[in-house]
Amino acid sequence: MIDLNTLTAREVRDRVVAGDVSAREVAEAAFGRIEAVDASVHAFLELTPEIAYEAAGRIDAAVAAGEPVGPLAGVPVALKDNMNLVGTHTTAGSKILGPYRSVYDCTAARRLLDAGGMLVGKCNLDEFAFGSSTENSAYGPTHNPWDLSRVPGGSSGGSAAAVSAGMAAIALGSDTGGSIRQPGALTGTVALKPTYGRVSRYGVIAFGSSLDQIGPFGKSVEDCALALEAIAGKDPLDATSAAEPVRSYAAGLGEGVEGLRVGIVSDLLDVEGCAPEVRAAFYAAAETFASLGAEVGEVRLPTARHGLAAYYIIGPAEASSNLARFDGIRYGHRAADATDVLDLYTRSRAEGFGPETIRRVMLGTYALSAGYYDAYYGQAQKARTRIIDDYRAAFEHFDVLITPTAPSVAFKLGEKADDPYAMYLSDVYTIPVNLAGVCAVSVPCALDEASGLPIGLQITGDYFDEATILRAAAAIEAERALDLTPPLVTELLDAQAAEAGMAAQRDAALRAEG
Amino acid sequence: MAADRLTDVMERYEAVIGLEIHTEITASRTKMFCGCPVAFGGEPNTRVCPVCLGMPGALPVPNEAAIEWTVLAGLATECDIALWSQFHRKQYFYPDMPKDYQISQYDLPFCSDGRVSVEVDGPGAAERLDRGHALESGLLTGDAEAYTTVIGITRIHLEEDTGKMVHVGGAEGRIAGADYSLVDFNRAGTPLMELVTEPDIRTPEEARRFAQKLRQIWLALGVSDCSMEEGSLRVDANVSIRPRGATGLGTKTEVKNMNSFKSLHDALAYEIVRQAEVLDAGGVIQQETRHWDVGAKRTSALRSKEEAHDYRYFPEPDMVPFQFTEEWIAALAGRLPELPDARKARFVAELGLPAQDAVVLTSDTALATYFEDAVAAAGAERAKAVANWVTGEFAAHLNAAGIGADASPVTPGALAEIVELVDGGTLSARQGREVFSAVIETGMAPSAIVEQRGMRQVSDSAAIEAVVDRVLAANPDEVARYRDGKTGLMGFFVGQVMKEMRGQANPGVVNDVLRARLG
Repeated sequence: MIDLNTLTAREVRDRVVAGDVSAREVAEAAFGRIEAVDASVHAFLELTPEIAYEAAGRIDAAVAAGEPVGPLAGVPVALKDNMNLVGTHTTAGSKILGPYRSVYDCTAARRLLDAGGMLVGKCNLDEFAFGSSTENSAYGPTHNPWDLSRVPGGSSGGSAAAVSAGMAAIALGSDTGGSIRQPGALTGTVALKPTYGRVSRYGVIAFGSSLDQIGPFGKSVEDCALALEAIAGKDPLDATSAAEPVRSYAAGLGEGVEGLRVGIVSDLLDVEGCAPEVRAAFYAAAETFASLGAEVGEVRLPTARHGLAAYYIIGPAEASSNLARFDGIRYGHRAADATDVLDLYTRSRAEGFGPETIRRVMLGTYALSAGYYDAYYGQAQKARTRIIDDYRAAFEHFDVLITPTAPSVAFKLGEKADDPYAMYLSDVYTIPVNLAGVCAVSVPCALDEASGLPIGLQITGDYFDEATILRAAAAIEAERALDLTPPLVTELLDAQAAEAGMAAQRDAALRAEG
Repeated sequence: MAADRLTDVMERYEAVIGLEIHTEITASRTKMFCGCPVAFGGEPNTRVCPVCLGMPGALPVPNEAAIEWTVLAGLATECDIALWSQFHRKQYFYPDMPKDYQISQYDLPFCSDGRVSVEVDGPGAAERLDRGHALESGLLTGDAEAYTTVIGITRIHLEEDTGKMVHVGGAEGRIAGADYSLVDFNRAGTPLMELVTEPDIRTPEEARRFAQKLRQIWLALGVSDCSMEEGSLRVDANVSIRPRGATGLGTKTEVKNMNSFKSLHDALAYEIVRQAEVLDAGGVIQQETRHWDVGAKRTSALRSKEEAHDYRYFPEPDMVPFQFTEEWIAALAGRLPELPDARKARFVAELGLPAQDAVVLTSDTALATYFEDAVAAAGAERAKAVANWVTGEFAAHLNAAGIGADASPVTPGALAEIVELVDGGTLSARQGREVFSAVIETGMAPSAIVEQRGMRQVSDSAAIEAVVDRVLAANPDEVARYRDGKTGLMGFFVGQVMKEMRGQANPGVVNDVLRARLG
């Protein structure tokens, strides 16, 4: 019998709806996989079997009664632990929220569960989503299922690893400068950052309010499309969510890329630190587009190279403000025996925040200070406006823009931990997309020959044109047909098969004896 | 004593005063950025939600009605309305502010550059006119009794109110010396308009009149209940002084904690005298925030040194900027009710009231409405008589009972009836007042009281002549002395006649008959 954890969300849903398998069996399989691998991966900060089995019971009852079920019925899902859901902790990977429990639901999470998703747990992340490796979590790092000595990327590393290792079919992450796409690339998963405003931000702990966007990880482009359909749309609780109609993103994925105008963002490929194997895989993908009938050309985004600098002003500025509320007064960690309110604030925050969080709060506070605002925040906003203009101009001539997702394959734990700037460079391709607010997807386009590690292609689309980037990603996915099962899981499946084989032999032997 | 010192100080110094007035938009059913109800008091932390508690991940959604109210307030004070506006975050840490930033407005307020005219009467008007307006000339008009000054409105912006702190264990509920503090977030997120005036105010009395006038305008709009006691109207003042004739500005102090219009006046008067004493003694004014102690009738420094706050304002990224159209603003302007100044002008032009009556009547929206209802019942030709009653007897009754015009047992219809009875000669003025009191006591209709008490004024000359003759016959000595020139005895005769007729005689007729008989 097939391991249910190898199925895509679409395949799981179809079997559950058909009654071939119960939602409960799917949930049990997911928790079985978590049991088997998460001690070494550490994708989860909290498991939620009660929530999952309650959902499974409802779905199985509905299927049995012939009642309609959601488009993700029986799909095991996971949430990045910066999304609120009643009945769970929501730590944002920080000690300061250790004692906190959610008192309300994140809209996107609620929608995912309302569509039939069964929540198996909440996933690890860099503290407050500050990082590109998930090493900044106060609760220990997550390991890449492809190589446990390597990082899964970040900040949504736990969500990426959970999908990569088959512990959930779909996981939600949040992406402020690449925090969905970069771990997607490093773990061989499909990872989508929708257009700013496409998905409600209500209930996700804010990092950079003008940059943050929730999006899905999936084992396939189609799964990401189904997840986006479930979570997208106007939310009266988020004033920046868009009223733009939600399209059927899964329909038309197979229509191909003939005539699609694909722009290679040539100037971004010149930035420092792009590994040769990434570069090679990228150009091979560009050739694949051409071979499939796309019109591939070069495009320049002249200001995009300044994206990193602008981002490290705007992101921390907004973060410094968004994190002010973690003050020890109403919830979360409070320092003991404070002498007065200032002492309470400073000690609660100093004790509760990790070093990268403190670094970003200080950067942001400085950038917004009187006398520096114009030189830093004001200037960064000007750069941002130019970057937006660059993208608008590019989309006059191209339907999608392509770059690598990340400049290298997954790096070793600790390799960049002491060099924030090297770490920040991991997001050089992804950050301009957040600054512009357009949408982008990372799709696995190759496995590195030397390391066997996955490499991602980033496909960027115009505002609210998720359908087109997903269609382009689906073309690469179909053409490459990569086996994206990480070695860890392959070994597990082999061991299970061997066990099953031995058991079968034993049974046969017993029968023969009998 | 204090008033004398103020007069003396004001001879030598000119005060420059600007006000910051916070008004809670109590007309809004919900808070500024969430759906929690707006109300006063209640069990602590019962009108709260993730948004107004600043829970992790919660987002603000702007209350459109509150924005409309703010724009209406701007239109009512002749402000320019911004076509493009946005919220900013004002950042500082304080336990009553859940997010540790306040969503407020910075360089793009909804309303700016408005004006409100203020009438000031009483002693000092002539001197004030002589001294003129220091910053802008030509805005003062009037005479020795009363003058009008125009106060510029710098801006009106919209923000969210904070929660309330309760300090336990310290003196007078202040934080200094408290054992611990509690926070009630029921008020947090209430829509709050902040109006800032130009430094156009020159006397404590002008400050008081301005604040009162603004309250009338807000009440006429219906934007707020404007209760200074409950804190829905809060006035802070910036004040500095300079020698008469100087053009530079002195160092200012900010005065807070004035919970009534009288406190506003008294605190400013105190502060002006205090600053003058400091300067007279060769000292310098510290820029600081000072707390008005209404019991001790003095201000004291709230913070020894003014902290240099850096609020790190930046555009609120959780909301998109607002883009308004001229059509939208015009539609709102169409919703403006008649404002106190327009109503006052109408009372003068259409009802022929003296300006002073119109000012008093329109100083209180409920009183003006009461007046109009009574005039509608009594007839426009009796408007002046109704005005006399409303500004006299009725106002005194409201004051004594401590109630508003709409809460009085004397309905506009009842008052109109009394006016008609007196005006038509059925009742004497004294009888009218008696009936007025009886209406308050019994709640009965005036006509029923007149009926019950047999209170009809006797104007019939024959009946009065008979009584007059009896009175004159019974007092021959007084008649003789009157005729010898003691004309002051007329009052005695009137009194005797009225006494005999149990007060029901028409005093005019009694006077006429007496004069004829004694002449």
